[in-house]
Amino acid sequence: MTKSVFSPLRYLAVFAVLLILLGLTVAVAQVDWGPWGIVAALAVAAAKTVLIAVYFMHLQTARTTVRLFAVAGVAWLIMLLAFLLSDYLTRELIPGAPL
Amino acid sequence: MTTAMAHQFDDAEQQQQAATLGMWLFLASEVLFFGGMLAGYAVYRAAYPRAFALGSGRLDVWLGTLNTAVLLTSSLTVALAVAALQSDRRSAAAGLLIGTVVLGMVFLGVKGVEYAHKFDERLVPGRSFHFVVEDGNPGGTHHRAQVATSAQDSWDFRESLESELQLLAGRIELFFSFYFALTGVHALHMLIGVAVFTVLAWQVIRGKYSRSYFTPVELAGLYWHFVDIIWVFLFPLLYLIDLNS
Repeated sequence: MTKSVFSPLRYLAVFAVLLILLGLTVAVAQVDWGPWGIVAALAVAAAKTVLIAVYFMHLQTARTTVRLFAVAGVAWLIMLLAFLLSDYLTRELIPGAPL
Repeated sequence: MTTAMAHQFDDAEQQQQAATLGMWLFLASEVLFFGGMLAGYAVYRAAYPRAFALGSGRLDVWLGTLNTAVLLTSSLTVALAVAALQSDRRSAAAGLLIGTVVLGMVFLGVKGVEYAHKFDERLVPGRSFHFVVEDGNPGGTHHRAQVATSAQDSWDFRESLESELQLLAGRIELFFSFYFALTGVHALHMLIGVAVFTVLAWQVIRGKYSRSYFTPVELAGLYWHFVDIIWVFLFPLLYLIDLNS
């Protein structure tokens, strides 16, 4: 195949950053951030995802249609969560909550 | 080794691109497969934050961290294996794929140990589920006080406290339902990946793939990285809820 390839050194660098981010996730969770704790955790997870997708999954050198499919998968998920939570988080639908 | 090309394609490159796109389409549908469960998780975590924090407190953060590192390493070995095939270093690729299989099995082994602990501690949802709120965990007494304050207005203080604790235990059981469903389905994906890479490693050793054709290895790699990403989200969502509360 004619696709360009990252050097093994590049993969090792990405891997090192991923491990640092893993350490960061665990470290951040030791502190009580209140409602921002989940935001911080998801932000670090998103950063890891971008690194894995762009380098390990070769999105950087992928064709436009492949990138479109990748973005579409995430877009539908965000729509699912956004519309669902905009309902549940703005009115009391679950009896007895919260405890 | 000649490239096996199906007749509907113009050339091998087009075939490879179609296969890659197909894999991404499958992964996009997998996002929503896990997304449904994650959406349910989000709703109930928002509704029962205390119960989810108490349940999460019973998971082993250290083992979870270890497994995340194991999985990230296995993603690295897959990426390096694909790179090795691209430059025709076949024995290196075979070694890296075997390494991936071993790391995948280590992950599943650790997961099995965690599951066994949960059975021992009666934290598996079902008839034997048992969660002592008053004692048996460090935050217990504090929690009892909290529950008691909210129940002070009741005509029968004791009975109300008991039923509230029972309600709380039920919600903690719900957390463990999400824990087992999410990690269980993830582990199933891992198991499939381990099986696929075992076959691929064998085929690489037999010389089936070379620089000119290694699409199956590349696609299995995409799948493996995706399963890795799922775990990257599951780990903080399940293991790291309000650790210090």
